[in-house]
Amino acid sequence: MIQAIVFLPLLGAILAGLIALFGAHARNPSGDTVEHHDEGHHHHALTTHVNEDASVIHVSHDEPLAHDDHGHDDHHVAEPPAAGSRAAELITTAFLFVAAALSWAVLVNVGFMHHEAGVTEILPWINSGDLQVSWALRVDTLTAVMLVVVTTVSSLVHLYSIGYMDEDPHRPRFFGYLSLFTFAMLMLVTANNLVQLFFGWEGVGLASYLLIGFWYQKPSANAAAIKAFVVNRVGDFGFALGIFAVFMLVGSTDFETIFAAAPGVALAHKTINFLGWHADAMTLACLLLFMGAMGKSAQFLLHTWLPDAMEGPTPVSALIHAATMVTAGVFMVARLSPLFELAPNAQAVVMFFGATTAFFAATIGLVQNDIKRIVAYSTCSQLGYMFVAMGAGAYSVGMFHLFTHAFFKALLFLGSGSVIYAMHHEQDIRNMGGLWRKIPYTFAVMCVGTMALTGVPGFAGFFSKDAIIESAYAAHNPFATYAYFLTVAAAGLTSFYSWRLIWKTFFGQPHDQHHYEAAHESPIWMLIPIGVLAAGSILAGFPFKELFTGPHGVEEFFGESLKMNPHILDDMEHMPFWLGQLPLLMMLGGFAVSYVFYITRPYIPEELASQQPLLYNFLLNKWYFDELYDLIFVRPAKWLGRFLWKKGDGFIIDGFGPDGVSARVLDVTRNVVKIQTGYLYHYAFAMLIGVAGLITWFMFMGGQQ
Amino acid sequence: MTIGLGHYLSVAAMLFTLGILGIFLNRKNIIVILMSVELILLAVNINLVAFSTFLGDIVGQVFALLVLTVAAAEAAIGLAVLVVYFRNRGSIAVEDVNLMKG
Repeated sequence: MIQAIVFLPLLGAILAGLIALFGAHARNPSGDTVEHHDEGHHHHALTTHVNEDASVIHVSHDEPLAHDDHGHDDHHVAEPPAAGSRAAELITTAFLFVAAALSWAVLVNVGFMHHEAGVTEILPWINSGDLQVSWALRVDTLTAVMLVVVTTVSSLVHLYSIGYMDEDPHRPRFFGYLSLFTFAMLMLVTANNLVQLFFGWEGVGLASYLLIGFWYQKPSANAAAIKAFVVNRVGDFGFALGIFAVFMLVGSTDFETIFAAAPGVALAHKTINFLGWHADAMTLACLLLFMGAMGKSAQFLLHTWLPDAMEGPTPVSALIHAATMVTAGVFMVARLSPLFELAPNAQAVVMFFGATTAFFAATIGLVQNDIKRIVAYSTCSQLGYMFVAMGAGAYSVGMFHLFTHAFFKALLFLGSGSVIYAMHHEQDIRNMGGLWRKIPYTFAVMCVGTMALTGVPGFAGFFSKDAIIESAYAAHNPFATYAYFLTVAAAGLTSFYSWRLIWKTFFGQPHDQHHYEAAHESPIWMLIPIGVLAAGSILAGFPFKELFTGPHGVEEFFGESLKMNPHILDDMEHMPFWLGQLPLLMMLGGFAVSYVFYITRPYIPEELASQQPLLYNFLLNKWYFDELYDLIFVRPAKWLGRFLWKKGDGFIIDGFGPDGVSARVLDVTRNVVKIQTGYLYHYAFAMLIGVAGLITWFMFMGGQQ
Repeated sequence: MTIGLGHYLSVAAMLFTLGILGIFLNRKNIIVILMSVELILLAVNINLVAFSTFLGDIVGQVFALLVLTVAAAEAAIGLAVLVVYFRNRGSIAVEDVNLMKG
């Protein structure tokens, strides 16, 4: 069964890929010209050819104030769709739905019936000295939860994409990538050793790169794809070092072996000399592994790629950059919970970064104007929440938020996609308004998503987010208080920016009469998935509360797959009543403030922005992180690259190497050529000199032999 | 004064030098170069015959006859080439024959 879950998406990806390949071949058999029809209706100014100067691709492409001007999503190309598009869509979607159904069955079997858990060996992979790695599928409750999240959201996104991408000529490729991503993600969550985890990790990174850059005609999409890839490499470098460290300490990459040996390593107080610093081995390994998690989960300092990744199609944002891939870091920390439990200092770092990200991303979300970017920063912030729970040792609580967040954040993204679709690929919320009359269904599900995100009692987010804040309060951690206050504050900010999005999009006066009149509800393909996700946003909360946050439920449900902090769940229950209500109050406060700001007194936000230009610009420009990184990383790297190119390679290597040698040869031959005068008597003279020389030689040397 | 080997060799050396100079100093006509080559060959012949006589070895004179034959053939071919060259290029002045110039 587990094999079917994992490999059906791969099969779908291969089939869709073949269709894309043959479709492209049929459309362009010679393969030597690339057709681009630019007639047809374009809404945006960024219509470009592929063959534009490649130098437009650089990492920090976003002009601070200009990004609002091109907030359009789609790229219309009046090209006929590839043959077999429908077949590719249906094949991949059907496979994913089968996988999703099987995943729920696995969750029931593993989590409730307590059988079918275990490891399925598939193939030996690496067998080199001490390093023994095999392809294996590990199924326990933690994996089963992730299987359910991944396949459910992925199948719904596949279905949604059939409607959303209906105008795109490259649909087989798109669906192939989506299924490829799903396969890689499933390999990641079913990994039984760190190497296979890394394989899935890089696989999802690749799929993310391909999908962000799906509209490769757009320079901004290419730049965003490269940025996501490069920033993730920074994290992955740490991750790889972490794997090496673990292998060095334990001599194996299998989870069972690592977890069994870890307490011994921690007790022995081994140290590793790392950059001249005698670090505690377990802490260092955990920190390095967490660095990988920070990159993939867009935590503070490595978050810059996530907002830019919104250049990809909206279903991609929902699947990869909200529900699944970005939670891989959270999953990894949960999977390695037996290690992190042995490294309290690393846990403190996890909590610090989680709390910082939760607050920091929420502040940026307050002032953004692109509907997808608001949701992206919200994602970033919610991932921070999950890491707070991880840092507190309440891994199941973090997984709970991961589980609920997957539903409501995918819902918010797909709902935003529906709005964007209705507005003909308009993404700027300043140009929207009053849409609830036009697209009531989308409005309703967006409200459900927002209520789940902000934590309205009864909705999924309420249970998981409150549990995280409680765990932060209850944690025995140097940063527990810091994390508690920041997450509470972030709860208020979340409520404010989420409702701001709703007010500005669906209420008030339409700002663009033309678009407003043309707005229409999305096709049924798109409405079904968001309906299902809306139901999930309500149902994923209460029924699962005990399993994920109750002391007995967790032990029963997760069993051995997580190693919780033994006291955290009990301590969470002994929280003072009024402190426990604080997040709810913050949520209501954020709601009230946003209502006042955007419904009753809409002039206040503008006045506030003009009164506090410094703060406003600071937030609008995302704390100037892109500019900062541009200054300290991108520019020096470019300078260094240019220096090595011009001076190192061009001047020294080429100058003294091939170019220099060939130039000297040319100089010599140019002079030799001049000897060839063409006059007979010159040749004769040379011959004579030669003969004279030879004779002289033999006359004087002949006798000495 | 008896005429000895040295005299013969001197004459041969003079002829040889004249031939060489004829090649180098002549800037007018390729026919002159051909004639200079003949001179050089004759100088060699004189050497051969002179040594043959003085050493009592008849092979030298036989070889001189061979050289004469070859020289005649060479002169015939050279002149034929020159005639064809003149037809094609319209000139056999040494200054104009520089197709090999690099």
